[in-house]
Amino acid sequence: MTALVIAEHDNNELKPGVAQAVTAAGLAGGETHVLVAGQNCAAAAAAAARLQGVARVLLCEAAHYADGGAENLAALLATLAPGYSHLLAAATPFGKNLMPRLGALIDVAPISEIVAVEGPSSFVRPIYAGNVLVKVDSADAIKVLTVRATAFAAAGDGGTAAVEALPAGPDLAISRVIGREIVKSERPELTAARVVVSGGRGMGSGENYHKVLEPLADRLGAALGASRAAVDAGFAPNDYQVGQTGKIVAPELYIAVGISGAIQHLAGMKDSKVIVAINKDPDAPIHQVADYGLVGDLFEAVPALVKELGG
Amino acid sequence: MKVLVPVKRVIDYNVKVRVKSDGSGVDLANVKMAVNPFDEIAVEEAVRLKEAGVATEVIAVSCGASVCQESLRTALALGADRAILVESDVELQPLAVAKLLKAVCDKEQPTLVICGKQAIDDDANQTGQMLAALMKWPQGTFASKVVLGDGKVQVTREVDGGLETVELTLPAVVTTDLRLNEPRYATLPNIMKAKKKPLETTSPAALGVDVAPRLSHSRFAEPPKRSGGKKVADVAELVAKLRNEAKVIA
Repeated sequence: MTALVIAEHDNNELKPGVAQAVTAAGLAGGETHVLVAGQNCAAAAAAAARLQGVARVLLCEAAHYADGGAENLAALLATLAPGYSHLLAAATPFGKNLMPRLGALIDVAPISEIVAVEGPSSFVRPIYAGNVLVKVDSADAIKVLTVRATAFAAAGDGGTAAVEALPAGPDLAISRVIGREIVKSERPELTAARVVVSGGRGMGSGENYHKVLEPLADRLGAALGASRAAVDAGFAPNDYQVGQTGKIVAPELYIAVGISGAIQHLAGMKDSKVIVAINKDPDAPIHQVADYGLVGDLFEAVPALVKELGG
Repeated sequence: MKVLVPVKRVIDYNVKVRVKSDGSGVDLANVKMAVNPFDEIAVEEAVRLKEAGVATEVIAVSCGASVCQESLRTALALGADRAILVESDVELQPLAVAKLLKAVCDKEQPTLVICGKQAIDDDANQTGQMLAALMKWPQGTFASKVVLGDGKVQVTREVDGGLETVELTLPAVVTTDLRLNEPRYATLPNIMKAKKKPLETTSPAALGVDVAPRLSHSRFAEPPKRSGGKKVADVAELVAKLRNEAKVIA
């Protein structure tokens, strides 16, 4: 049994989630290989080779893999799949876009967002916005999986895998990236941050969202997140959304500010180690999951918190 | 050009689901059902394309038990022109649904398929990508903007850190994210009109598709409850607890 992890990367570094997918691969499939496909991405392949538990890194370079599109990558993976028992990627937009396409190409039913590995064919995954966990057994010979990164420890550094060049597959030329608007942030990535400060509808405006939350996030070195209500209201960008259909986070500390706690939001953060809720409504559902609930006006409490922290 | 929109009947998003006491599944008896919210966004986008004169016909498709007709009538009330029910009483998993949709696409020859990005029951987020693979079409997943051009469609996608715009050769599959549009409400006259729109019923056997499940699901359980609910009196107590009890800040 051998597992292949498909690495998401920015040519130089691996994206958050790859190291956790390697851990899941080791639990599921024994020997673990990593595919790094792209253009000028040897540095990312070297990073993959340093991950503990990785036996081999396949480096596949071609212009048509540069933008990480699912069409060409899935076609490449379909040719590699017969050599593997498991194919895995982190459950990020990249992995979610790619792995089902691969599954259909090789006639395998993929399993999304696994949170536990119980055997080579047996996994646990959340359904219904995380309100139910279910055991899933696959009858397919090859398993195609996406991995919820927050549920697995990251593989550490210290590995010394060999990097092998892999010939590129054909360019299908049916899809190309024509634009990107990626916001460069000094803050840690939301899904990988140790601390997350999230704002909800209670922030009242986009101006307040930034004015109130940024000093706290700065003081704690935190990533900023938001509830769907705050994103819908335009207080925060779309990719800040934490919840069932947004990002799944499990930081050491999650501070929910002015968030009521709809089940769809809780689905995205309830595995955080410590949850703090700041909400003026004592009956808000967020208080039921919070380790520390502070009932009060966020516009007074958050600045006071920054001051108390010595910010 | 024809636009095809798959719709799934799911538990209403406001309902708190309960696991059956024997762990064999989720209790769906007497629970309010609705069209999957992402599929409503997909129907809305297709109807707007028709209203803009870009699409000529919007076809809604649902796969499942005969009650899925309700979901199709909703889609028709929102503006779809006709509907197809692929009726099946066996559990249909995403790969089977993708194969059924492929069979429907082979027959109907749509230029664009707009799917919801995920269903809020199984949260799989797979069907659109799998349909695209089976059709050998490109895919624009998690779309927040769709612009049709000559033989191409530009799809702005929600990705980590921001947005990415891809240009796809038509025909193509698009899957909708939350902020693609805000679906309209069906008006009473449109609900009445929807009852008269054509709804054709077919079956997996008639489409020649093997829908046998590949995955088996067991041991349904609620995740461990958090022991939350504690309150702190003020900011000073909060910081003291975070420092000394939880030890998550320095």
